[in-house]
Amino acid sequence: MAQLSARGLTLQYEQRRVVERLSTTIPEGKVTMIVGANACGKSTLLRGLSRLLKPSAGVVTLDGKDIHSRPARELARTLGLLPQHPIAPDCITVRELVGRGRYPHQGFFRSWRTGDQSEHDLAVERALEATSTLELAGRNVDELSGGQRQRVWIAMALAQETDVLLLDEPTTYLDLAHQVEVLDLITDLNRRRGTTVAIVLHDLNLAARYADHVIAMKSGTIVGEGPASQIFTEDLVGDVFGLESRVVADPLSGTPLILPIGRHHTATPSTPVELEFAS
Amino acid sequence: MTTRTTTARPLSRQATATRAKAGNDAGTGHRGNRAAWLVVAVVVLAVACAASLAIGARGMSLGTVWQALTAFNPDDGNHAVVHTRIPRTVLGLVAGAALGLAGAAMQGVSRNPLADPGIMGVNAGAALAVVTGIYLFGISGASGYIWLAFIGAGTAAVVVYLIAAMGREGATPVKLALAGAALSAGLYSLMNVILVSSQDTLDRFRFWQVGGIAGSDWSVILSGLPFLSAGALIVLGSARTLNGLALGDDVARGLGQNVALARGVTSLGIVLLCGSATALAGPIGFVGLVVPHAVRFFTGPDYRWILPFSMVLAPALLLASDVVGRVVLLPSEVPAGIMTAIVGAPVFVWLVRRGKGASL
Repeated sequence: MAQLSARGLTLQYEQRRVVERLSTTIPEGKVTMIVGANACGKSTLLRGLSRLLKPSAGVVTLDGKDIHSRPARELARTLGLLPQHPIAPDCITVRELVGRGRYPHQGFFRSWRTGDQSEHDLAVERALEATSTLELAGRNVDELSGGQRQRVWIAMALAQETDVLLLDEPTTYLDLAHQVEVLDLITDLNRRRGTTVAIVLHDLNLAARYADHVIAMKSGTIVGEGPASQIFTEDLVGDVFGLESRVVADPLSGTPLILPIGRHHTATPSTPVELEFAS
Repeated sequence: MTTRTTTARPLSRQATATRAKAGNDAGTGHRGNRAAWLVVAVVVLAVACAASLAIGARGMSLGTVWQALTAFNPDDGNHAVVHTRIPRTVLGLVAGAALGLAGAAMQGVSRNPLADPGIMGVNAGAALAVVTGIYLFGISGASGYIWLAFIGAGTAAVVVYLIAAMGREGATPVKLALAGAALSAGLYSLMNVILVSSQDTLDRFRFWQVGGIAGSDWSVILSGLPFLSAGALIVLGSARTLNGLALGDDVARGLGQNVALARGVTSLGIVLLCGSATALAGPIGFVGLVVPHAVRFFTGPDYRWILPFSMVLAPALLLASDVVGRVVLLPSEVPAGIMTAIVGAPVFVWLVRRGKGASL
């Protein structure tokens, strides 16, 4: 278990401020979903939390220690990250790719030694097993479908065996079945190993269903934090996304289910739009 | 549908070790026993060395070569011919190994399958520095060229990196290649300004520029050796870092790598290798580009194998090119740098066309 916190965190690219004086804590052993409109700074926050981006002010701590003051490799044994656009080298096999997740655990001179190789092999096996990719182990990653590939990348992050795992939109480009599968997998991981997970997710309803804790962001700051049932209200959705909605209880899980209200195909549009037809 | 069939199995907590290697190597092609292939590669290199000692305007039997090496008789004309070919062969070995390592490492650092000392501005920087040295200070000979080549190659590498690193996302492969190509064009045009204005410089430059390993002697090789060794050690030590970088900068950082430091250190090794190889043998193209690609067919994308394979097979290609160049237009010789392009270009086209294994 490990606690990841941000205090007074300001993140910027060149002169453009994206996250401003933000403070939060990712609850230990829970699944946290970070939601918000496009360009609200949620992915940037994840980059800041995972040390991909150096804060221009404020601090990110892991168990009380500044993550930028710790050796990178040591940190990578506790804090894992799956960014949005990882690159799979051509002709790399699933097993090889997952094996690269072991990097932070392998010393410079130990990479060839056979002594602790079995331990690394076992970690890779566990990751393949947990993501149901064991039967793909010998295949080339470029031959896989999008859903399989995403599971392989998650397996690589799992092989890192960290206490905290940050995922940036892990379900993008996946069909609904695969989205559910990936989120189920992450939940399994959280429940079985107590891994602290933070995910940037676009789909609010899936976020509501799978989150223990929700962080809602708007223009670089946090506008709501807490359990899904408290965060996903019609007011907050209106504020964060500028979208009118009806929030009902998900009949399957009891979590909030957000029903968007657009201008069309809703029985009672709340803002009737007057259309003028030229005659 | 196709993907769901493999995912239906529920997660199990069973021990996994027993099934560890089941159905493992399907689709990995020739990768089963890389160590065995490396032995084959060393044999190929040995054959190329033997050919380089035996073949030329005056052909020798392998028996004569062996005698010349083990029981040298200074009165035997054949032995003397073999001995004149030794420095040339050794230079082919070290320059080829340096170019193979540098090419592979460059492709890894820039994550650019077309990276090559020629594309990244390093050769142009070395060449301009050498030409400037010849023109302004009348420097000649490889021991003088080597320092000029380092300065030029290093400066070019730093400038290319700084240009590419401007902007938010830093030195991406595409920006590196663009900056390298732009700087190369600029440096070569400056170089041409010097060359058209000085016939003497042009004459001396022409001999060096075509890339040849003929006419070399031990002092030249020895002057380059410390730099070549240092560069080779740095680059070979970067293998795991390059494996991380291959997954993208974000993943590499997530795995605990210092991406900027890794690029800097590996680039230093590349500059040492390219600078000394270029100073010793002139700019030799295609070896650094083609060999690492061919090698991936046997090794897959693991740099811990790509680098040693490239180090062994690049000198084999360079020596073979040099040998062919000696006999193809008798009685004159075609320099190795031209032969590598003639031999390398079709191989490269073939690699690109067959697709697999030909890119990163």
